[in-house]
Amino acid sequence: MCLNNKLSEGDKINLSDLIGTLDKTPSALIKTKKQLKNLQHNQSTLETPLTRKETEKIQREVAFEKTSKEVSRWQSVVLQNQKAEQLVFPLNQEPSGPKRIEHVVAGWKAQTPLEQEIFSLLRMNKQPLHDPVLTPTEEASLRAMSLEEAKIRRAELQKTRVLQSYYEAKAKRGKKIKSKKYHRVQKKVMRKEYLKQFDEMVKTDPAAALEELKKMELSRMKERMSLKHQNSGKWAKSKAIMAKYDDGARKAMQKQLEVNKDLTQKLVIPADEDEEDEEESAETLPDFVNDVEPILDQVNPWMRGKLSTEPMMEESNRLDPPVWPREVGKPGEGQDEQEEDEEQMEETEEESLLRGFEERRKLRQTEDKAEILEISDYDEEAVEISDDDEEAGLSNFTSLFHGLVNHMEPPADQPKAGPGLRQGESPALLEEGLVRVRTLEDVELLSQDISTSDTALLTTQILGTEETDTQSATQQADKKRKKMIDPNEVLTKEAKVIEMPLAPTAVEDVEDKEEQRVIIKEAFAGDDVVSDFLKDKRKQEEAGRPKVIDLTLPGWGEWGGLGLQPSRSKRKRFRVKVAPPPPRQDQKLPNIIIAEKRDSSIAAHQVCQLPFPFEKPIQFERTIRSPVGRTWNTQNAVQKITAPKVVTQLGAIIEPIAREDLIKDNRQAVTGPSINLESDQGPQKKRRSQQKKQHKRKKN
Amino acid sequence: MFNSIPQKSDPFPGSAPVPEEKLKKFRRGVKGELPPRPQYKLRDVVIRSEAASDLAQKQNARYDLMLPEDAGFLEGDEDEDTCTISQDDIVDAVDITAGAKYFNLTLSQFGPYRLDYSKTGRHLLLGGRRGHVTCLDWQSKQLMCEMNVMETVNDVKWLHSEALFAVAQKKWLYIYDNKGIELHCIRKFNDVLRMQFLPYHFLLATASATGFLQYLDVSVGKEVVAICTKAGRLDVMAHNPHNAIIHLGHSNGTVTLWTPNQREPLVKMLCHQGGVRSVAVDKTGTYMVTSGMDKKLKVYDIRAYRPLQSYFLPAGASCLSLSQRGLLSAATGDIVQVYRDVWGIPVTKPYMAHRAKGSVWGVHFCPFEDVLGVGHGEGFTSMVVPGAGEPNFDGLDANPYRSAKQRQEWEVKALLEKIQPELIGLDPSQLSQVDHSTWEQRHEDRVQVLGFDPLAKEKFTPRLKTKGRSSSGKVEKRKKQVAHEDQRDVIRQTVEDRMKIDKERKEKEKKKAAAAGQKSALDRFRK
Repeated sequence: MCLNNKLSEGDKINLSDLIGTLDKTPSALIKTKKQLKNLQHNQSTLETPLTRKETEKIQREVAFEKTSKEVSRWQSVVLQNQKAEQLVFPLNQEPSGPKRIEHVVAGWKAQTPLEQEIFSLLRMNKQPLHDPVLTPTEEASLRAMSLEEAKIRRAELQKTRVLQSYYEAKAKRGKKIKSKKYHRVQKKVMRKEYLKQFDEMVKTDPAAALEELKKMELSRMKERMSLKHQNSGKWAKSKAIMAKYDDGARKAMQKQLEVNKDLTQKLVIPADEDEEDEEESAETLPDFVNDVEPILDQVNPWMRGKLSTEPMMEESNRLDPPVWPREVGKPGEGQDEQEEDEEQMEETEEESLLRGFEERRKLRQTEDKAEILEISDYDEEAVEISDDDEEAGLSNFTSLFHGLVNHMEPPADQPKAGPGLRQGESPALLEEGLVRVRTLEDVELLSQDISTSDTALLTTQILGTEETDTQSATQQADKKRKKMIDPNEVLTKEAKVIEMPLAPTAVEDVEDKEEQRVIIKEAFAGDDVVSDFLKDKRKQEEAGRPKVIDLTLPGWGEWGGLGLQPSRSKRKRFRVKVAPPPPRQDQKLPNIIIAEKRDSSIAAHQVCQLPFPFEKPIQFERTIRSPVGRTWNTQNAVQKITAPKVVTQLGAIIEPIAREDLIKDNRQAVTGPSINLESDQGPQKKRRSQQKKQHKRKKN
Repeated sequence: MFNSIPQKSDPFPGSAPVPEEKLKKFRRGVKGELPPRPQYKLRDVVIRSEAASDLAQKQNARYDLMLPEDAGFLEGDEDEDTCTISQDDIVDAVDITAGAKYFNLTLSQFGPYRLDYSKTGRHLLLGGRRGHVTCLDWQSKQLMCEMNVMETVNDVKWLHSEALFAVAQKKWLYIYDNKGIELHCIRKFNDVLRMQFLPYHFLLATASATGFLQYLDVSVGKEVVAICTKAGRLDVMAHNPHNAIIHLGHSNGTVTLWTPNQREPLVKMLCHQGGVRSVAVDKTGTYMVTSGMDKKLKVYDIRAYRPLQSYFLPAGASCLSLSQRGLLSAATGDIVQVYRDVWGIPVTKPYMAHRAKGSVWGVHFCPFEDVLGVGHGEGFTSMVVPGAGEPNFDGLDANPYRSAKQRQEWEVKALLEKIQPELIGLDPSQLSQVDHSTWEQRHEDRVQVLGFDPLAKEKFTPRLKTKGRSSSGKVEKRKKQVAHEDQRDVIRQTVEDRMKIDKERKEKEKKKAAAAGQKSALDRFRK
């Protein structure tokens, strides 16, 4: 007070004044006095206070840290709300549906005297008035622990239980360890610890220590009483050494062993002797009962060989020779051991012979196979020929082709022709030029075939391309081989004749002459059809091919004028080649033209910009692969799939999320009920492989 | 507390399992790999959508048609061909209602007749070449209208419901209602020879003698597009119910595929050496059957454009029609033949045959009924063909038993769900794909702006190691260890697959050999 007064007067205060007042006070403040005196003596100046800017900066930093700490507590909630499939607002909604009758009746009051009496009784006994289910104590217990808390508690309990079980398991494992040294060391450690504890206990709690002492005594007594008559003790060992020379020692040992035997002998329960007998009888049954009877007649082939082994062997390796010749070499298998020995000797001699058999057999089998194939091929083709007889008139190309093939087919090409043409085939068989095309591979093979024969020449003839120089012609043909389509390749499918039970009687009446003329024209157009189509196809291919741009300017760097061409190197330099387009879709389909022009009309309806989390089109396409509408889904599925992301109650006030909620639901999201779709966790294996990959990268 | 109540344990816990076959039926697209964990937002979205589609698939499979009707076929006795069984025999054998489906209409004055069944299969529309047009409820034989347009009639077609139909007359295209009142005469469509109606697009496609393929949107009455095919007279036409592509047959033996969005054919197939006489396309859009002047009947797989079968018919086939269950009817002169499973094992004999009174002008299978309608010179014949129609109809799509009210409601819904003509294309699922070219263009622009490709894979830079382990040789070695990892994975996978296939094939061969090479008793005499 007095200081304040002095300040208010504006006088200057000296330190001595302050100390002076201290002098009057009791000597308890000597320390402070000393400090103050030191201060007076000390002449160094104080540091200048930080500038306003800097102090503000520090303050800001501190404030930032504080607020960021505060805000980051919301992080998980925000993240979960972002992830949530559906949010229901307001957050703490009361359960919808009809209210319980007790809540409705809460406003009601007892009026009649009887009612009042009953209520007073209830009140006296602390029975619930409105809620007949729960008493106040029960409710209190409920209030004490919310569901979340209970869950947390349960989790904790679980954890402790698990830890306990782990500990138990560990102890069990330790107990099972057979190493004596380990146990000795362990025991020593335990003993040491125990002693330490005991010493401490003596100091702190002598009564408990006494009790412990008693316990120790008891355990020692028990130990003495226990059966310790094994020959592993120190005494027993020494006796064992002496036993060689000392009768007494030997006897003592014997005795102890006997005692041990008596004590450790297990009571044997008499087993079922009958069973054993039976087993024995089964075992004593001689082996040869199940065997094949010893062969008496060596000549009779029916009596040789084992029936059971054959199919098994044959399944295991088809190309091996059948087993029976080997069995011929084993005349008496089940007879005697001596014979077997002899047979083994024989086998060594016979093995070489057998091997020879095998090889010969193999050779023969492959030959047989080839023969069969040839025959079947021949048959097939014969059928094809008969089928094609009807067609023959329709295409003169085929006959032309046959002729050409006959003339030009070089014999050296035959092995190269692949599965289409086999070695054994005669040139007569090759006349049948049409090979049925069934699959893509067949088409490829077909083109190979053509490249071996000189069909390219044929096509060039037909399509009217002129080649003057023979060498260049062959080169060109080589180049063009792949591009050209043989007209005979088009429409190669041979037809099957269908029988008709009824023959048509009525002739289709033709309406007018014009139509008749058209029909006649159509009937005779057949021959042109294929080549026309091929021309059309070629034209389209040409149109689709990018053109080479020639930017050469004559006269630059060399003489120019009429009849003078820029030099070749120059032309080459200024020719801009465009990258070839992707292969045409109809490249391998001779009788199809597929338009390469892109249909852009649908593009207006397609998605061209991907929404946020998607980066690649394929990811987005996967998520829209299944339809959403009612036409394709059940009502239930549609409702679940098209559930809105945010659901708000009409007219309800949506309060911002409260801090209390955050604390309460620290672990649980503050989200509404999630839509229950069976979630797919994804293949585990792939994830692991990915991890492995990452690991590999990290290592490097 | 609850233990005191005896509880029965459920012998079959959980919901009933869904059969694999049905799940397969409702599978849409294929599941792929999940994005890696660092992209957790994307991963969440993908997982969720995957779960949704799984749920939808499972529920669809669970609530699929229960107890579906089976389809049966005509089965002959031993040594009896089913094609020799006459219609009268069938009628004698079946019940009255089924027997009543075989009938003849003798209309010799104005024939030959073209015909069309409505989408539900209840109503029949007949158009005689000499102008006679009539429509009737063929099951109850109730005549809805009958008239003579006093002009040549080239083709008749029902529109989306049985209330409207289109008639291609000598000069123009006309639209009538089911009372026979002329509603429209469309002068833009002249010389129409054949018509097809695309029910989900509300498009009437017409092919004219002048070589024009035109599309009319019947919901708004506007011409969508007129394409000059430059292929002469167009009198062969079919449409693919799977993707609404129009197939045209030409006199030079080609079949062309068209959409309203492109001025040139999508695909041009050379099918016959003579002109094409008729084309039919399977309901699933897998097979196309053509017949030509070269008297051949060919079956194509139009997904891969490959010929599957080729048959030689001595008389050739003039009209083709495919039923919902894949029966093929072919008319040769006055004979109507029905074939079963022409794309499977090659057939040698027809499944059924019937001689009409005159030369056949049009054949059409009735939807949801085992009936084949044949229009010929002497009128119309309704044939019973067992196993032709789909026994299980979708009541929300085409309900043969719908009332007038239901029809009205369906009409509104169908109009709301009308598919725009721009969406017609070879691949109907194209809409569910991202417009790749535009996306790529955008991505390129973005790369240019950013100066780097955000989607490019991070380049591997080996870590710096000491003690000579970062020598250039070692670094290269380490680089090699992680190079082409993705490709390696793919290769490994393919190699494994191939090995598996090889193994399976070998086993199969072995089995076959074991079966073929069963040893006979006489083998033991062989040396």
